[in-house]
Amino acid sequence: MSSESLSLHGRARRRPADAAEPVSSLLRQRRRQAWLLVLPALLVLAAIAGWPLLRTIWFSLTNAQLADLTQSQFVGLDNYIGENGVMRDPAWWSAVANTLEFSVVSVTLETLLGLGVAILLNTPSRVRSLLRAAVLVPWAIPTIVSAKMWSWMLNDQYGVINVILQQLGLIDHPLAFIADPDLAFPTIILVDVWKTTPFMALLMLAALQMVPSDCYEAARIDGVPRWRVFRHITLPLILPGVLVAMVFRALDALRVFDLIYVMTSNSRLTKSMSIYVREQLVDFQQVGFGSASAIVLFLLISMFTLGYMVFSRRRMQGV
Amino acid sequence: MKKLSVGTLLYYVLVAVVLVICLFPFLYTIGSSLKRGNELFTTSLWPAHPSLGNYATLFHDQPFGAYLLNSVLVSGGAVVLSLLVSVLAAYALGRVPFRGRGVLMMCILGVSMFPQVAILSGLFELVRWLGLYDRLGALVLTDLIFTLPFTIWVLVTFMRELPKELEEAALMDGVGVFTLIFRIFMPLLLPALAATSLLAFIGAWNEFLFALTFTISPEQRTVPVAMSMISGASSFELPWGTIMAASVIVTVPLIFLVLACQRQIVSGLTAGAVKG
Repeated sequence: MSSESLSLHGRARRRPADAAEPVSSLLRQRRRQAWLLVLPALLVLAAIAGWPLLRTIWFSLTNAQLADLTQSQFVGLDNYIGENGVMRDPAWWSAVANTLEFSVVSVTLETLLGLGVAILLNTPSRVRSLLRAAVLVPWAIPTIVSAKMWSWMLNDQYGVINVILQQLGLIDHPLAFIADPDLAFPTIILVDVWKTTPFMALLMLAALQMVPSDCYEAARIDGVPRWRVFRHITLPLILPGVLVAMVFRALDALRVFDLIYVMTSNSRLTKSMSIYVREQLVDFQQVGFGSASAIVLFLLISMFTLGYMVFSRRRMQGV
Repeated sequence: MKKLSVGTLLYYVLVAVVLVICLFPFLYTIGSSLKRGNELFTTSLWPAHPSLGNYATLFHDQPFGAYLLNSVLVSGGAVVLSLLVSVLAAYALGRVPFRGRGVLMMCILGVSMFPQVAILSGLFELVRWLGLYDRLGALVLTDLIFTLPFTIWVLVTFMRELPKELEEAALMDGVGVFTLIFRIFMPLLLPALAATSLLAFIGAWNEFLFALTFTISPEQRTVPVAMSMISGASSFELPWGTIMAASVIVTVPLIFLVLACQRQIVSGLTAGAVKG
């Protein structure tokens, strides 16, 4: 959750023209003070994020084992491209493929459905506040809980979803949503969509509410049909906000762990990159190899982020 | 009488669909948690004979109360530490123009964005070195990785919105920076602090990866880990009634908190977006 809401605050504009003021001694003193005030936060982050990252990079070049991290030998890039390196492990690439598929499908669905729900939330009506409260419920439910709830409702023997589908005549025998290899992955995606769409909807609602109402006024007076108003006025105006929301959601999806861990555990068919890394590190105790896969995961996500930043900068310059 | 247009009708149908999809799963969970014995395997929404037996089992057969306390301690500890550090940082980043501010903000955002699993082995070493392995302190410390950047970013946004005159007047009067932050700004920021703490608390409350990795003994489990480990005599006999009871206990306080603060949460988001 935490990362998603950053997206909006992250776009807050900095106050301009601070630099133009003449630098007085008071200001210089305030600047020095500012560094001192930021220092504790920076030290904490360096200790719990920066340092562990450096150590993980180091471990990835050794054959360290979890039981005793001090006894290890430098092995160079063996863990990456060696004979048994992570880049040559088909299980790793299947985890990469699973994670990408999960991210692309879930973020696409969440964006489309979120936009739909946001439009409903943006329509003035008597039930609007009820709808907003209801939409917050799936978001407030912890991931572990929602994984357990859905596992129960989707149970192949006693699950309520199978009963409902059978009563509607959509299926003639109960489906094993989680055990069936063909169904497990779509099921996980659906549970994620259920839980996360509300948050996307709230972000998009915020974007929709930014559209100045006189745009709609003018269009209504001119008698422009509603879908064309949406296509040509609303959509271009909310697109930047929607894109930011999608990127932050995608960064979250790329590190998916708990949902898959609880619903299908270590099944190879649904294993994500994060699950693969933790399995190597903790279950197999292979800190060297596990760290190497962790660093590959880190690089993949960094590339994605950099790609987005370059893309958005070029887009802004192009306009 | 107003005529019901097709559009309005469609709107209400869609609203009804969204309401059912959002609310039914949790209502069904509450219903299931009140079912005992064979009733659990009927799919009625509400049991004919509601019973609190599953809740009694949950606290009787395992230390679920202790798990709840662990979760409260870890999340509370992480939020308090984050707020202490981030209020200072947010003042500096939000209100003092100094070189490198933008880079710092991006670095802090970067920390919250990168996959936590990527630094798991480095963290493991750190946690062991500090003697925190299998202790709640390990989780407080590691949860700061995401609660701290989050609270800094949100508080910077709110700090920027405070009137400049207030600060200037205070500085004219020769008020120290800590007095300015804690005595003058803090009271104004209380609603923002409440919403920020709530969101950070939820994040820490739901944290699973670190809690699963850095604790091993049952006494140190937080609620999400404990829930993932509730098991029956065999994997085919999961005690679903108990699991559903645990789900309800863990979720109901969160839902109440979120609904109570929904104005702040939603308007906080909107304020952030409007300025984008």
